[in-house]
Amino acid sequence: MTTDDAFDLECLGICKDFGAFRAVDDVSFRIPSGTFFSILGPSGCGKTTLMRMIAGFETPTQGDILLKGRSVLSVPPNRRNVKMVFQHLALFPMMDVYENIAYGLRCAGAGKDEIAGRVADVLTRVALPDLARRQIHQLSGGQKQRIAIARCMALNPDVLLLDEPLGALDLKLREAMKIELKLLQHQFDTTFVYITHDQSEALVMSDYVAVMNAGRFEQVGRPEELYHAPKTAFVAGFVGDSNRWSGRALEVRADGIKVETEAGLTVVATAFGDGAISAGDAVEVFVRPEFIAATRPGPDAAAPGGNTHSGTVDSVLFNGANSRVLVRSPNGTMIEADVVVTGGGNDLHEGDPVRLDWPFAQTMCFAAGGA
Amino acid sequence: MTRDAKRLSLILLFAPFALWILLLIVLPHIGMVALSLREKVAPRIYEFGFGNYIDFLNEPIYWNTLLRTASMSLLVTALALLIGFPIAYYIAKIAGRRARGALFLMCLIPLWVSDLIRAFGWILLLRQTGVISSLLVWSGMTDEGIEFLYNDAAVIVGLVYTVILFMIVPLVSTLDGMGDDMIEAGYNLGGGHLTVLRRIIIPYAMPGIVAGCIVTFMLTAGSYLTPILLGGKNSSWFTEQIYNQFITRFNWESGAAFGFLLLAFTSITVWLGLRLSGQSLANTVART
Amino acid sequence: MAHAQTNRALMAGYKAYVAAFFIFLAAPLIAAGSFAFNDSLFPALPWQGFTLDWFFNDTEPKLGMFHDRRLLSGLYYSFVIAAMVAALSVAVGTTNAFLFVRREFPFKTFFYIVMIVPLVIPGVILGISILVLASNVANAVYDRFGVEISLLRPGIFLVVLGQFSFITTITSLVITARLKKFDLSLEEAAFNLGASRARVLWTITLPYLRPAMIASAIVAFLVSFENFNTTLFLVGSESPLTITMYDRMAKVGSTPVLNAVSFVLMVGSGLLALVSVAVQRPDPSGQ
Repeated sequence: MTTDDAFDLECLGICKDFGAFRAVDDVSFRIPSGTFFSILGPSGCGKTTLMRMIAGFETPTQGDILLKGRSVLSVPPNRRNVKMVFQHLALFPMMDVYENIAYGLRCAGAGKDEIAGRVADVLTRVALPDLARRQIHQLSGGQKQRIAIARCMALNPDVLLLDEPLGALDLKLREAMKIELKLLQHQFDTTFVYITHDQSEALVMSDYVAVMNAGRFEQVGRPEELYHAPKTAFVAGFVGDSNRWSGRALEVRADGIKVETEAGLTVVATAFGDGAISAGDAVEVFVRPEFIAATRPGPDAAAPGGNTHSGTVDSVLFNGANSRVLVRSPNGTMIEADVVVTGGGNDLHEGDPVRLDWPFAQTMCFAAGGA
Repeated sequence: MTRDAKRLSLILLFAPFALWILLLIVLPHIGMVALSLREKVAPRIYEFGFGNYIDFLNEPIYWNTLLRTASMSLLVTALALLIGFPIAYYIAKIAGRRARGALFLMCLIPLWVSDLIRAFGWILLLRQTGVISSLLVWSGMTDEGIEFLYNDAAVIVGLVYTVILFMIVPLVSTLDGMGDDMIEAGYNLGGGHLTVLRRIIIPYAMPGIVAGCIVTFMLTAGSYLTPILLGGKNSSWFTEQIYNQFITRFNWESGAAFGFLLLAFTSITVWLGLRLSGQSLANTVART
Repeated sequence: MAHAQTNRALMAGYKAYVAAFFIFLAAPLIAAGSFAFNDSLFPALPWQGFTLDWFFNDTEPKLGMFHDRRLLSGLYYSFVIAAMVAALSVAVGTTNAFLFVRREFPFKTFFYIVMIVPLVIPGVILGISILVLASNVANAVYDRFGVEISLLRPGIFLVVLGQFSFITTITSLVITARLKKFDLSLEEAAFNLGASRARVLWTITLPYLRPAMIASAIVAFLVSFENFNTTLFLVGSESPLTITMYDRMAKVGSTPVLNAVSFVLMVGSGLLALVSVAVQRPDPSGQ
């Protein structure tokens, strides 16, 4: 990552306007070679537009796109070495698997033997060597997925774009394909740019994730950075689950910021993000359920540097290892906390009194409305 | 694609459409109207005037024929709808998946056969020496052959037969698009057969009904072979008058006027039908 | 139980009605077809025995259709006309589909309705209006330049134009419907894989449209073949089959040779119709 051409793809200050609407707003990033890079955002955030600009189907209003260090703005989409896996895969139904994969090679003017060799090679690499003569409608969902990738990879692209290709699959298959995609990316050692609105897909597969909202990149980082050190309230809310409260900073102390939420809950939180917070500011507070310990009320005092609250169990949301309790605090605030449900006598039940503890450091506080 | 290339390709795509509509539809109709407004004052000398239309009004045979054509066409359209709707409903909603395709195809078979052959078939069935009459004689129900041909009933049977497929096809395709759950919900909410039919099925099928009626009506009013072959000498169908003016009398001016009258009359009827049913041409006939 | 019984009775009545309807549909066609095999000089009962004379016999009075010069030439002209109409109307129907599905332009909805209108204009009127215009143009050219444009006089060319004028609406509607269902990302994918615009059109879009183009060509062919109303006014000395048959029926009276022709036409159109159904069968990948 020392020289410029170590970046397969660079976007510099990209903007895209549709009439008066700015779909993509000043987005810049560079992707090191061979990484799995995800762009994560809610639908309508501009991620598809960004991807279509990289592929060449749209032209940026402003900014530059570089592939392997070279600007490609003047290169038409059929000459860019960026290949794309479409949302619904766009496999050609009138051709069989072999012809689908051979299509790009034929366009490039490859010879018969070369095509046969490349198709066989790429089919082996996606572990479907015997399917060359299958018709597209005879393939399973997962096989189609792999053929769509193989069709692109046969052309040795600099970058492979994937536009939510797992969206159409059912849950089980989607889980399996997440791992498979990651393995395929290692296997081909090509830069993958993956677009999704599903945070778990982005977190599981990616080396780097960019969180996009309203046309802008909120934060770019490794998945664990986004999760544990979000820079904005949007990232904290969008990536992973959390309890989210709006409130007002009462006092800025050495060990944290004392916040009173709108419902009247008082917690001590740690400032995250760039905006400075002073007493009286409106703030947003996030606490992830797995950092909240829900226990039966006991005599031991609160741990130092931790928030302690009491409440009653409103309901138990059993989901195996991801089970939760929904706790109602005396002022009516609902707090979600992860628990282990063993099926034994120690489990919490509806109506049980409960004590909640979580550290100040895991109570993320952002200036509201800002950044 | 650059702007210029885009514009050029739009023009190239528009050209065949424009040529077709302009040269084969718009200009010929303008020409026809213009011709109908010419009066012959002396051999090879013409003047502008409404003489051809005045002739039409002054000659009861002419406008009686038009009225007769119109009322028979409306009757045929109504009959086709009454007879065709249950068939379309059966095909779209009651028949099993396999039977549905087969029945629909069977419905289409006569569509693939020329008007002429269909009328010919009816002649063979209905005339005095025809199949039905012979069967009646053979079974002893009558002593002599009966002529079923050359009357209004024969014309109506033949016309309904000719056009009913154009009623059934759009009906099947709209009814097909209606979910069974909608009908079931209708019954579930306490509707009887008639209520469900009147409040749910018919409103839903309205575009198909209107499309079928328009096509049926236009085809009937514009038909030529069936009324002439099945109605014989005195079938008095308006298209026959047009043919007579053009071919037999070689009076193109008056033929053109008759043509325009038929077109104006049918167009007004279709327009009224669309207005009354609250539909438009685009969402009825154009649906495929 | 009584309720269920009335329902069952109603359903039985309904089914009987449907059956009766299909008998009504089939009866004249069966009559027209079966008398072709009756060994009699008239297409009427009683049945005189089975014969193929009305197809293959080469002497009067039972001259078979395959030896009847005029019928054969009618068949030939019908073929020529129908083939030209099918080719032209599918070509224009395809450009119309691209125009209305892929392009935006002012008054698009209006033009779309204009495209449908020819289908609801009575065929007789299409025939006379085109005849009038063509004759006017031909007369004007003759008066001014002394040149006779025989193409604009009744004949095959005008028949083709007359039929084309409304059959193009049918082909346009069929092909437009198919193009509307096309997933644009297929074109983008081909583009992305390095294909040129022309190649995308040739290898992706047109193959996708092919079933609709074939089916609409068949429909156009058949509608042209059986057209009478428009053709009647535009026909010259080269009469297509429907006109020849009509003349025969009106002037000579019907003989079983007309049944033979009907039989051949029905079998031919039936086969073509089956082909068109087969090519339009939704491919399993479509779902």
